[in-house]
Amino acid sequence: MARQLMRGNHALGEAAVRAGCRYYFGYPITPQNEVPEYMSGRLLEVGGTFVQAESELASINMVIGASMAGGRVMTSSSSPGISLKQEGISYLAGLELPAVIVNMTRGGPGLGNIAPAQSDYFQATRGGGHGDYRCIVLAPASCQELCDLTIKAFDLADKYRNPVMILGDGMIGQMMEPVEFPEMTDLASLPAKDWTLTGAAGRPQRTILSLLLDPKVLENHNYKLVRKYDAVTLAETDWDTYLCEDARLVIVAFGTSARIAKGAIKRVREMGLKVGLFRPKSLWPFPTKPLEELSRVVRHLLVFEMNSGQMVEDVRLAVNGQAQVHFYGRPGGVVPTPEEIAHQISHYYYGAHLNEDGPSRARLVGGLS
Amino acid sequence: MTIKSVFAGFGGQGVLMMGYMLALTAMRQGKNVTYLPSYGAEVRGGTANCTVVVSDDEIASPVASSPDIAVVMNNPSLLKYANLVRPGGIMLVNSTLVGSVVNRQDLNVVKVPATDLAHELGEDRSANVVMMGAFAQATGVLSLEAFSEALAETNLGKKPKVLELNRHALQVGADSARQALEAARSAASK
Repeated sequence: MARQLMRGNHALGEAAVRAGCRYYFGYPITPQNEVPEYMSGRLLEVGGTFVQAESELASINMVIGASMAGGRVMTSSSSPGISLKQEGISYLAGLELPAVIVNMTRGGPGLGNIAPAQSDYFQATRGGGHGDYRCIVLAPASCQELCDLTIKAFDLADKYRNPVMILGDGMIGQMMEPVEFPEMTDLASLPAKDWTLTGAAGRPQRTILSLLLDPKVLENHNYKLVRKYDAVTLAETDWDTYLCEDARLVIVAFGTSARIAKGAIKRVREMGLKVGLFRPKSLWPFPTKPLEELSRVVRHLLVFEMNSGQMVEDVRLAVNGQAQVHFYGRPGGVVPTPEEIAHQISHYYYGAHLNEDGPSRARLVGGLS
Repeated sequence: MTIKSVFAGFGGQGVLMMGYMLALTAMRQGKNVTYLPSYGAEVRGGTANCTVVVSDDEIASPVASSPDIAVVMNNPSLLKYANLVRPGGIMLVNSTLVGSVVNRQDLNVVKVPATDLAHELGEDRSANVVMMGAFAQATGVLSLEAFSEALAETNLGKKPKVLELNRHALQVGADSARQALEAARSAASK
């Protein structure tokens, strides 16, 4: 199929439909309004169900219902709306129900603004709601990757019976880029679900509960979840590297900030600076092991985020003191330019004497960063 | 090569459509492209703008802090972008609605009375297409033929009659830009 010029929010919708999503429940909020706009028309064409609910709370509970009945279901929102959905997301995790939740992040806290931001990293990767759980979190950096990761999100959700979050931002949602879609998924080809609640006629009754009053029972349930999360971490950790082979400094960034960092790296490479990029594509599970391995060779990491420092904590945990971890961020919905990041990179690079050969490559600078 | 262009004007002038036309045409010519609209509380009569990046390489940022090309359809847009365009860049001005003068010697300013020309064509709404013809002529980023071809894929080319009108509007804009460039050249050589 030919490439189409599509807005991220529309590409997300089309990718979801092609992945077999037939149920969408949501409530409007900028900058993701084009998702419900697209789904309202597209789901009609494929015999699906679209409901603009009366609130975020209603929509996430509709997601729980559709998922219990076995459908591939999605909801989308932006930061304040995602906060409202957290109770339902905790229930999805506790009930072990597959669902895809999209957060086109905007500036916060509170109502904030409608500009692109990455300030929901903590909320997304730590669970967000109450209880001991994880969502699988995927971070696209382009419209094509948004399409690819959306399709992957539905497969992962079903495979692990777990909510999966797409963590984009206002820019990924609003920007248009060429996108190529795969063929429609044949719904009949999807693996059968033997746990759904679709009527017990002719079979023994089933229940799906998250209320487990006996602490021993709930503890076992929690350990079961932990085993599942361990399996996800082993099999689904996803990341990308760029020019890391000879790098003396590696930028760690995800989503929009990763592509800005890549532009900055191209600039400083022209000036002879040996700088690479490490880009987590799955934010949870975080690529802890590959980053730890990288930090044995590269002693200087610069974490760049569109927030005031969130993923940097995971980077520090991963390298466990093996490398200097420096942070640069712009919170509040500001999107820095590649020039600005290039300036930050060269400032750090020369400050740490990384341009000099020999042992200085691993020299520690300026105390704790 | 990477070319960053901004399009700005009143909401309702088809400013976002201009950016879309460039992005679509560039994609059909095998280029990498990003299109980023202003979004949020945009209304008819308010200001609207979009940024389009066309490149042979992978595009890092869809944002342009100092664009190579600015297309301004009204006065407020001129005031906003006159100082942002990079030295040596191109500024396309809808001279029907823009009264202010660009006080920069390091820009290539091309004046096209797009709103008047569209009115003469009998379709006021085609001012944006007229301007895209001028864009093709003045910038050379993509050929006029490429724009004309891609037009058929947009809402501007859904009906044969509308497509014909818009293709004509592209030509009118290109001719106007050519005259403006020739006039500037002969003035410079005198």
